[in-house]
Amino acid sequence: MNRVVPGFGLSLGITLTYLSLIVLLPLGALVWQALGVGWERYLAILAGPRTATAFRITFATAALATAFNCVYGLALAWVLARYEFPGKRLLDALVDVPFALPTAVAGLALSALFVKNGWFGGPLASLGIEVAYTPLGIAIAMAFTSIPFVVRTVQPVLEDLHADVEEAAATLGASDARIFATVIFPAIFPAFLTGASLGFARSLGEFGAIIFIAGNLPGKTEVVSLLTFIRIEEYDYPAAAAIATTLLLTAFVMLFLVNMIQLWQQRRIGASGD
Amino acid sequence: MATSPIIPRPRKDALGARVRVGSGATTRRVLIGAVLLVTALVLVAPLVAIFAEALRHGWGAYASSFAAPDTQYAIWLTLITALVVVPINIGFGIAAAWCIAKFSFPGRNLLVALVELPFSISPIIAGVAYLFVYGAQGLLGPFLEAHDIKIMFAVPGIMLASLFVTAPFVARELIPLMIAQGSEEEEAAVTLGAGGWRILRTVTLPNVRFALLYGAALCNARVMGEFGAVSIVSGNIRGQTNTLPLQIELLYQDNNAVAAFAVATLLTAVALVTLIAKAIIERLDRVREAAH
Repeated sequence: MNRVVPGFGLSLGITLTYLSLIVLLPLGALVWQALGVGWERYLAILAGPRTATAFRITFATAALATAFNCVYGLALAWVLARYEFPGKRLLDALVDVPFALPTAVAGLALSALFVKNGWFGGPLASLGIEVAYTPLGIAIAMAFTSIPFVVRTVQPVLEDLHADVEEAAATLGASDARIFATVIFPAIFPAFLTGASLGFARSLGEFGAIIFIAGNLPGKTEVVSLLTFIRIEEYDYPAAAAIATTLLLTAFVMLFLVNMIQLWQQRRIGASGD
Repeated sequence: MATSPIIPRPRKDALGARVRVGSGATTRRVLIGAVLLVTALVLVAPLVAIFAEALRHGWGAYASSFAAPDTQYAIWLTLITALVVVPINIGFGIAAAWCIAKFSFPGRNLLVALVELPFSISPIIAGVAYLFVYGAQGLLGPFLEAHDIKIMFAVPGIMLASLFVTAPFVARELIPLMIAQGSEEEEAAVTLGAGGWRILRTVTLPNVRFALLYGAALCNARVMGEFGAVSIVSGNIRGQTNTLPLQIELLYQDNNAVAAFAVATLLTAVALVTLIAKAIIERLDRVREAAH
């Protein structure tokens, strides 16, 4: 404990008070409201066909979005960490666009691109692929807003990887693909998994980007966050509380998983004596 | 260590650079090309589309989009919200970073997790949660009604929800940096007789000013662009509780696409300025590191 530097009591006091008022009080109120619903009704709300379908659609599209970002994000992180080329700084800055751009603006832009007479929607429609107002549109909106997660978790680990191990494997005659699969990928795997989980969690709760492009048809293109919003507008507070706490619980589970992954990573680094 | 005959020398290419995985010319070209192509499609095209759609009917139509009183009100409300929320979360970020980075105490990791919690919670959940505190059916609803205080479906609700959503931004930038910098300079200042506020102002904050600036810029961009949480707590009252993102949705639903995209260009500009600020700050950091 540092007893030399002053201000511990004051700064901790401000932090705890603020977090209690701004974060814990509302979350507590949400849980309180959900507890008031009663267990049987709670389960009945979640099992209702519209809610259950919304959860299924949300998880499926979030999985698709995460799969895309696992591939694209890894390639992007690799290119940024390993190569020098003109425009690299710009590419690096562009990665953060989905974090800085408001989700409503992203949704608006994506819907303009993917509607039938849009830049992408037109060519895709002639191939028989519809994006706007379909689950694919939801997945694209989710993918866009969660692009930075895999890149920003994997990139620093790739940059810190020592060349020695790769070189040793290369001198032993291993091919690039083999070295990547047996040496590099295991090293970045925890970070990769963390990024993918964070992106998946973000996709599950995404709202603004989705509603512009999804069409929002119950049972077809309605995601959980939108259903929560609709229940609030209908003053169906028990349903909103039940759905929101389930979403909150999912977020906590994802957070727990990420922390477990990081613990595992720290232990691995500790074990290798680095 | 002498070069052992057992350990082979590193592979080197014609220029003497060490050969690493993926450094072959073909692999390199294919990977960079593929990434640039996908990036152009998924990250650049949406940005271009916003400006192209906003200017579809020329500059005149673009400029007149901002003349509508509702839109002007939305701009004003968004600026006011940011002016209130960003300083509060800068203050919180500094306080949180100070106790987390300068001291060790039981529950410190839990506190870090708590600070970052809003980052992992869907803004829709945040909005619903606030409704259950300050709404008519909420925890404080009866009390607020008895005293005729209006928080939900009014400006205070928008500000509270924005505080929740952006609480971690400044703290997240400061904490790792202040931990890495350690407390030696502050301890030295204490021995020289400086008080807490003076140390904060003259030692700590100058050391973290770039991170603080970037955290504040991100916080600002997020406040101005917050949609999910605000759309629940605002009640979407035209000309009263519409911030810019809500105004975009409203205009879009009114089939006024040009105006929706015109308003979107304002928020896109905020986002781009934030990213440029980040790039400049990172470059300054590199220059500083190189100078040391």
